[in-house]
Amino acid sequence: MKFRKLGPAVAGLVAAGLALSACGSTDAGSAVSSATSAAGSVAAGATSSAGSAVAEATGGTATGGAGLVEKAAAGTLKIGIKFDQPGLGLQNPDGSFSGFDVDVATYVAKELGVEESGIEFIQTKSSEREASIENGTVDYIVATYSITDARKEKVNFAGPYFVAHQDLLVAEGSDITGPEAMSGKILCSVAGSTSAQKVKDTYAADVALQEYGTYTECVEALAGGAVDAVTTDDVILAGYAAQYPGQLKLVGKGFSDENYGIGLTKGDTAGTDAVNAAIKKMIDDGSWAAALEANVGPSGYVIPTPPTIG
Amino acid sequence: MSKATAVLYDHPGPRARLRNNVLSAVFLVLLALGVWWVIATLEDKGQLRAALWKPFLTSQMWTTYLLPGLWNTLKAALFSVVIALPIGALLGIARLSDHAWIRVPAGVVVEFFRAIPVLILMVFAFGFTVTVLDVADPLYAVVIALVLYNGSVLAEVFRAGILSLPRGQSEASLAIGMTKSQMMQIVLLPQALTAMLPAIVSQLVVVLKDTALGGILIGFVELRRVAGTAASFYKNVVPIYIVIAVIYILLNLALTSLASYLENRARRKRAGRGSGPVEPAPTVEAAQAPGLTDTGRL
Amino acid sequence: MNFSFLSDPRYNLLGAFWNTIQLTLWAAVGSLILGTVLTAMRVSPVPMMRGFATVYVNMVRNIPLTVVIIAMSQVLANGLGVRLASRGEGAAGAQAFLTSQNFRLAVLGLVLYTSTFVSEALRSGINTVPVGQAEAARAIGLKFTQILGIIVLPQAFRAVVAPLGSVLIALTKNTTVASAIGVAEASLLMNTMLENEADKFTAIFIVFALGFVILTLPTGLLFGRIAKKVGVKR
Repeated sequence: MKFRKLGPAVAGLVAAGLALSACGSTDAGSAVSSATSAAGSVAAGATSSAGSAVAEATGGTATGGAGLVEKAAAGTLKIGIKFDQPGLGLQNPDGSFSGFDVDVATYVAKELGVEESGIEFIQTKSSEREASIENGTVDYIVATYSITDARKEKVNFAGPYFVAHQDLLVAEGSDITGPEAMSGKILCSVAGSTSAQKVKDTYAADVALQEYGTYTECVEALAGGAVDAVTTDDVILAGYAAQYPGQLKLVGKGFSDENYGIGLTKGDTAGTDAVNAAIKKMIDDGSWAAALEANVGPSGYVIPTPPTIG
Repeated sequence: MSKATAVLYDHPGPRARLRNNVLSAVFLVLLALGVWWVIATLEDKGQLRAALWKPFLTSQMWTTYLLPGLWNTLKAALFSVVIALPIGALLGIARLSDHAWIRVPAGVVVEFFRAIPVLILMVFAFGFTVTVLDVADPLYAVVIALVLYNGSVLAEVFRAGILSLPRGQSEASLAIGMTKSQMMQIVLLPQALTAMLPAIVSQLVVVLKDTALGGILIGFVELRRVAGTAASFYKNVVPIYIVIAVIYILLNLALTSLASYLENRARRKRAGRGSGPVEPAPTVEAAQAPGLTDTGRL
Repeated sequence: MNFSFLSDPRYNLLGAFWNTIQLTLWAAVGSLILGTVLTAMRVSPVPMMRGFATVYVNMVRNIPLTVVIIAMSQVLANGLGVRLASRGEGAAGAQAFLTSQNFRLAVLGLVLYTSTFVSEALRSGINTVPVGQAEAARAIGLKFTQILGIIVLPQAFRAVVAPLGSVLIALTKNTTVASAIGVAEASLLMNTMLENEADKFTAIFIVFALGFVILTLPTGLLFGRIAKKVGVKR
C-alpha cells in the first residue's frame, strides 16, 4: 500500500464529495398553479391514429433510444405507478396492483400490444418522476402526475386522462365546509407538496400546516384526531375515504384543476400519439368509466365526465 | 456485569434483601401500571383487534411487503460496509502518513464527513446520482452517503487500530529493512484488521440503522417504508411499527453477539499466544474516547 | 456560485438552525438525566431494575432513530392519542399546539434513543474507577446510593467527557430525523429550499454542511479540552 498511490484516491473522494452539483428538482407532489393552462396544449395532434404513430416512430424520438412504440413491440414495458395510494395505485398483499392509474396503465399497454404479463410496475416517488423517465428507469408513468409547464420541459405528456380537483378530507361530523374554513385548523399534507401551501396562500392564512412523509400517515393522524383535515387531489382522498367508511369524508368543494397526464420520454411524439389514442379508446368504449366506478366509486365519488384529449 | 458491579454494594444481609425485594416489588408494580396503561390505551383505540395482527400470520404480508423491504435494507447496508472498508483503510492510513500533503487532506475529508448528518449527505448524494450519474434508483444515493460517513468513521477505527499496536512491531519491521509500505502491508494492517474485526461488525449495526434514513426524504424502499406501504392496505400502523422494531432488534442483537464472539475469540487467541501486552480490541467507542480502553478495573 | 437564497425572506435559515440547536439542547439534558438513571438502575442491587434497564438499553439502541421518532408521532400521538401539548383557541392556538407537539415528540424520541448511548458511555466510565475506591467506601459504611453518588459517578462522568461529547455530536446530527414528523429544523428547510431552488444545489449543500460543521466541530474541541482538564489522572 504505497502512500504515493493515495494522492489520487483521496483527491477523487474529495471531488466526489464536493461535486454534488446542480441537481434535478425534487419537485412538489402536485404543482397547482400552471396546471390549468397546460392542459389543452399538451396533446395536440393526438387524433392521429396509433397506426400512423408507428410509422412515424422511427425518426420521432429525440433521446436517441427507441421510442415507446418500439419498446412495446418487444413485448415488455416498465411502468411507474404509486404503490401506496388506495384507489389509484396500491400494492396488494398478493403482489398484484390495483387502482385507476393501474387500470389506465394496463389498458394503454394492451393497446400498445403488451399483455399484462409483460408489464413490470415500478414504484415512483413524486419527486423521482421526471428523473425516472429521463434515464429510462421507466417507459411511462401513470401516477397522479399533474401536467405542468415546468414538467413539460423535461418530459412529454399524453392525456389528460383524468381531471382531479384539490379537496379536503375531514372527519365525519366535522364543521369544515371548504378551504376558507381552515383558518385556525390543522391541515396535513406530505412534505414537498404545494397543495397545503396553496390553501394557506389563497384561502386561509391562519391555517397550521403539518407535514408527514406519506398521505397514509396524514390519514392516520386525521383518524386519530391529531389533525383537522388532509388535503390533496379529491380522487386520492376518495380512496382513503373508502378505507374509513363512516369515519372520514370528502368536503367535496374542489378548488383547482389537476390534469393527470401520462408522462413519457421528452420528444417521443409517436409514443405520445399512441398513448393518446389508447386513452381516447378507453374513454369511448366505456372501460374508463368502469375502471373509475370500480376503484373510487365505493367512496361515493361522483364519476365526472371524461376530459377531452387534444 | 454482576461481578463488576457487585463491588458497589455489600452482599445483602436479611434487611438489605428485604429492602431490595420491596424495591423490586414497587418497581414491578410501576412497570405493570405502565404496561397496563399501554395495553388499555391500545385496546381503547382498537389497536389490539385481531384483524390488525392477523396479516402478520399470512405469508403475503411477508413476501409482498416486509421481506423485499428487509432485503433492500440488508443490501444497502452490505454494499455500504464492503465499499466503506477499503476507503476507511485508505483514509486511516493516509492520516498516519509522514507527508503533510497526504495527512492533512485525509484529515479534512474524515472530519468533514463525520460532521455532517447522514440524512443531509443522502439528499445531496441523491441529487448527484440523478444528475451526474443519471440513475434514479435511491439505493445508489443511500450507499454513497453511508460510504462517505462510515468510511470516515472506519478511518478513525483503522487509525486507532494501527496506533494500538505495540511500537516494537514497527521498529522491528524497519530494523529488518522493510520499507514503510511493506511494514504496513505485512506487519501492521493484518494485526490491526483482526483487532478491529469486532468494531467493524459493530459498525454494521450503525449502517443497518442508518439505511432507514433513506426512506424519509429520498424514497428508498427500505424496511420502514414498506411498513408504510403495508399500512396503506391493512391500516395497522401501530402493530406494524412494533413488528419492524422487533425485526431490527433481533437483527442488530445477532450482529452485536457476533461482534462480542469475535472479540472474545481474538482476546483468547492473544492471551493463548502469550506474546506482547494483552490489549483489548479497540472499539469505535474507544477509538473516539482515549482513556477508555482500560478494562482491568472495576 | 449563487448564494442569493440566503437573503430570501421566505427562508428563515437562522430560525431553522436555532430549532436544531434547541432540539439538541433539550434532548441532551433529557438524555443525560434518563441515561444516568438507567445507568444507576443497571448497577443497582435491585434485580428488577437491573433487568429492566439492561433490556431497555439493548432494545432501544438497536432500533433505527427514524423508526423511533416516526413511531412517536404515528404510534404514540396518532395511534394512542397521547398529547404533549394542549390546543389553545383559534389560529394561534392551533399553530402553537402543532409546533410544540411535534417539537416535544421529537425531543422525546431523541431522549429515549440517545439515553441508551449515554448509559453505555457512563457504564464504561464506571469501569474506569478503581475497585479499591468502592471497597474503601463500603468499608467506611457508605450505602449504595452514597457510593454511586459521591464516589463513583462523579469520577465516571469525568472519565467519559470525551465520549459524551461524541454522543452530543451524534445527537446534533440526529436532530435532522425530526424532519420526518414535520419539525421545522435545518434539514426540513433544506428540503424546501432544494425544491424551490434546484439550480443552486451545490450552494445550498455548502451552506447546510457548513452550518453543521460550525455546530459540531467546536463541540468536539470543547469536550476534548474539558476531558483533558477534568480527566482523572491514574
